[in-house]
Amino acid sequence: MKPLRRVLLGAFLAGLLKPFAALAATWNKDAFGAKSAPDALKSLGASNAAASKDLVIEAPQIAENGAVVPIEITSNIPGTSSIAVLIEKNPFPLAGKFEFKEGALPFVKLNVKIGETSDVRVVAEAGGRHYTAAKEIKVTIGGCGG
Amino acid sequence: MAAGPMKMRATLAGGYTDVRVLMTHPMETGQRKDADGKIIPLNFIQNVEVKLNGRTVVEAQISQAVSRNPVFSFRIKGGAKGDKIEVSWLDNQGLTNKTEAAVA
Repeated sequence: MKPLRRVLLGAFLAGLLKPFAALAATWNKDAFGAKSAPDALKSLGASNAAASKDLVIEAPQIAENGAVVPIEITSNIPGTSSIAVLIEKNPFPLAGKFEFKEGALPFVKLNVKIGETSDVRVVAEAGGRHYTAAKEIKVTIGGCGG
Repeated sequence: MAAGPMKMRATLAGGYTDVRVLMTHPMETGQRKDADGKIIPLNFIQNVEVKLNGRTVVEAQISQAVSRNPVFSFRIKGGAKGDKIEVSWLDNQGLTNKTEAAVA
């Protein structure tokens, strides 16, 4: 193969690989693999989270269909850098962790599966400290098995 | 399973840009069984990234507890008409997809 062609091929392959490298994001295996809320909180380094009224959870009190439960979270704590959502009674409680960079408001709305009536716990991180709030959601039809 | 379509809408609200995005994904929990009683393997989105004009503003890690065909809303400070929003995801099987929209 001619050197020029080799260089071009190399550049082409590097271009192909790049998107994957860019997407090789981290996923907190320990926290997501935790089978209890305290273990998940520990993996997040949030065992000592302080209760806060500035973390607002909007969700239905009763969810008829546990497969799709809308949850809206707003943090009014200044400097909030992340919000984690835990469904305490789910087999793997941690449902997600959202990191907010410069330019994003500490807000997220998502749909989650809830297996049985459970507290939904939210943990926010701000200035290296953790804050938490919880809300119970009653589920009439579970959303995990089936 | 191939990555299905994504849909996104980014609109200016009072002081922020409201980003709503829908992803087509089965989000299998690894606990459901098919008609033959065989467990359907875990298959779910693990990472979601939101970019504003090429700069990452939200980075999320999610689990199989997020509902099938996930819908998320995010809010971006300020924003102007025509700003480019990009949302991408990566699942546990290495599949990815992304979509772009201009703020309206």
